[in-house]
Amino acid sequence: MIPEIGHFALILALGLATLQTVLPMYGIWRSRSDCLAVAAPAAIGQFVMMGIAFVALGFAFYANDFSVAYVAANSNTQLPWFYRLSAIWGAHEGSLLLWMMLLAGWSLAVALASRTLPRDVASCVLAVMGAVSVGFLLFTLFTSNPFERQFPAPMEGRDLNPLLQDPGLVVHPPMLYMGYVGFAVAFAFAITALITGRVDSAWTRWTRPWTTAAWMFLTIGVTLGSWWAYKELGWGGWWFWDPVENASFMPWLVGTALIHSLAVTEKRGIFKSWTVLLAITAFALSLLGTFLVRSGVLISVHAFATDPTRGIYILTFFAVVVGGSLLLYALRAAQFEAGREPVAALSREGLLLLNNIFLVVAAAGVLLGTLYPILADSLGMGRISVGPPYFNKVFIPLTVPLVVLIGAAAVMAWKRTRADVLRSRLWVPLIVSIVAGVALPLFTVGTTAVAAVAGCVLGCWAIVTAFEDILRRSRGRRVMLPRNVVGMALAHAGVGIFVIGVSLVSGFGGEHDVRLAPGQSTEMVGYEFTFLGTRHVDGPNFVAEIGDFIVREDGRQIAELFPSKRRYNAGGQSMTEAGIDVGITRDIYVSLGEPLSGDAWSVRIYHRPFVRWIWAGGFISALGGLIALTDKRYRRRRATADKPVATDRGLTTASA
Amino acid sequence: MRWRLVLPIVIVFALIVLLGYGLTRRPDILPSAFIDKPAPAFDLPTLASDRDRITVDDLKGRVTLVNVWASWCVACRAEHELITAVSRRTGVPVVGLNYKDTEADALRWLGRYGNPFAVVAFDPSGATGIDWGVSAVPETFVVDAQGIIRYKVVGPITREEMNASLIPKLEQLKAKGS
Repeated sequence: MIPEIGHFALILALGLATLQTVLPMYGIWRSRSDCLAVAAPAAIGQFVMMGIAFVALGFAFYANDFSVAYVAANSNTQLPWFYRLSAIWGAHEGSLLLWMMLLAGWSLAVALASRTLPRDVASCVLAVMGAVSVGFLLFTLFTSNPFERQFPAPMEGRDLNPLLQDPGLVVHPPMLYMGYVGFAVAFAFAITALITGRVDSAWTRWTRPWTTAAWMFLTIGVTLGSWWAYKELGWGGWWFWDPVENASFMPWLVGTALIHSLAVTEKRGIFKSWTVLLAITAFALSLLGTFLVRSGVLISVHAFATDPTRGIYILTFFAVVVGGSLLLYALRAAQFEAGREPVAALSREGLLLLNNIFLVVAAAGVLLGTLYPILADSLGMGRISVGPPYFNKVFIPLTVPLVVLIGAAAVMAWKRTRADVLRSRLWVPLIVSIVAGVALPLFTVGTTAVAAVAGCVLGCWAIVTAFEDILRRSRGRRVMLPRNVVGMALAHAGVGIFVIGVSLVSGFGGEHDVRLAPGQSTEMVGYEFTFLGTRHVDGPNFVAEIGDFIVREDGRQIAELFPSKRRYNAGGQSMTEAGIDVGITRDIYVSLGEPLSGDAWSVRIYHRPFVRWIWAGGFISALGGLIALTDKRYRRRRATADKPVATDRGLTTASA
Repeated sequence: MRWRLVLPIVIVFALIVLLGYGLTRRPDILPSAFIDKPAPAFDLPTLASDRDRITVDDLKGRVTLVNVWASWCVACRAEHELITAVSRRTGVPVVGLNYKDTEADALRWLGRYGNPFAVVAFDPSGATGIDWGVSAVPETFVVDAQGIIRYKVVGPITREEMNASLIPKLEQLKAKGS
């Protein structure tokens, strides 16, 4: 009964989403305010229906209702309850439900927060989001219904893929999808701008916080994904340039470009059509990611379901949404191009233009690498795969200048900055970062290798310049700095921390495969690892061999690690759970390979210096986004929100 | 209308055509480098059989189906009944290649689900599997009477695939051989 309620709620949600799209669009066309007024209540209703469907599926998982085919395929009575609930998004159908649930959540947020927006703008935004929702609901109901029953119901479910039985599953997909779907709001604002022909400061002030919020979630999602892969896949790597990782990274790159370009559009009233294009692109890449993951067109560790019908549907949907938006863009964006002013190279907008170029080229490089296998195949060049060497070659040269630019971000003023001001403010941070950047690798991993030092100098540069600005602005006074300034500084410092982590972990990690019998020891980079033996443990839905390792440094015990090898009861798959000793300057990572003769095991040991900095950087950047979001400008009431951009431009021209 | 504004939609159109083309290519039918080549050599112990070892020469003399499987592989269980059906309908013997498994688990699996194999080669290290280019279990190879690989399916066989390509291929090779 409950699954039928969920199914029915999905159908009602489709009806409400259709209303949410069609009536407001008609209202805009005919200037009918009664039709416009439908958008917000319909969005609220759609959210309620999606919520009911989501809870219904959750209940089916919780109650082990294996007559629901999706539950039977992805759950098991032995599965702990929190994994049973997270299993909702453990496979195709439920991930879609999560996607739509979050889209409905974002629509609800827009509907509730839209009182300060002009009604036609708010309704148009909701109508566009409703249209996206209609597409996904149709897809779900016709090709991927999570509530489909099967009779007779099996006695036991097939169990959730063991790779996914990890706390990472509980948080990573919801965060990532919050980010993906959040770009739908920026997208809807962009379409609204094209329809109404208005890109004014009210528009940017409205679009900015939504974009920052989506970006923040996406940053957390991608960072969590990297951390999860590191700990769960047992290879000690943190990024694999897997097509699905790329699918989340491309919208991140374009979203980052969008945040910066929105700042220029708000402050200077320029780059308007570019900003609109970026907003469309960020969401298009989110949709493309969904297509790549769900269609099976690319082979990847993440892509399980391969069903050509689904692929054709998503591709058609992608063509309609993205093709339609870009057609609208081609027809209407010319009106935003009037009054273009030259952009000085030494100005904040010039800097941000460069930033945008690097970010977009990087995203294009990743896109090319991701799609190249399909391209090569269609040109008859055979089936190939594109690996990390390509991506590193393309990506690193683009990241280096980007991080150099970050350092100038805070110093650069709008319109024009004098070169001597730049010099006088940047030479101290430059010297500090060179000193710190040389000292850091020397005293921690003991190297003066060029790549490590260059990376650390670069990372320190981003951190030091970020804090120089904060210090200088607040020197001697107890003032509350604007939240967006603090947020920017933190986000940029986060990038610096990330860069340091990457440069030290990539060149100086060690790894080591050994055969160890109980009682034997091995040494690596000053640590001594002693294998005490394994013991057998029964988990809730698996049996495990757990190895006991003692790690000593200079004869003193610093850690005890328990890597394990699990064998899941339902599917019989084996999984490796690494034993990791976490540290600020290094991780020690032990993973069990295969049992060998006697009680010996093949053991893999990794030393990963500064790997935590990679994720710390990601989370700090996201925190910066959160702080910027709470800036009080975004809480202004309508009276000031409607200030036209002409006033802005008048002011800046006058002051120039 | 300026060309710069039209450029994005042109790029996206090209992208859609490309992806649409990609969709028409089933990624699991790899144009394997092994097709029309002699089956890679192996010499392995057997499971659940009265003969001691099996080598690549034992594949010669008649059409055979080589099915790579493991007890830990869920998809193998799904295609189990189809493998049995193919063998029964065409009379082609199926040689199992048990891949990266333990003897006890493999025997228990055969005991529980039934043994569709004429003989099972036991490859616990996966070395033969690697020689055969196995990337994911299950994989199924059609080897003709001369010991040449003629066809390959990556992933579990579906009923449609069995009727539309696998069985016709086997019948055709059998007819040619006799």
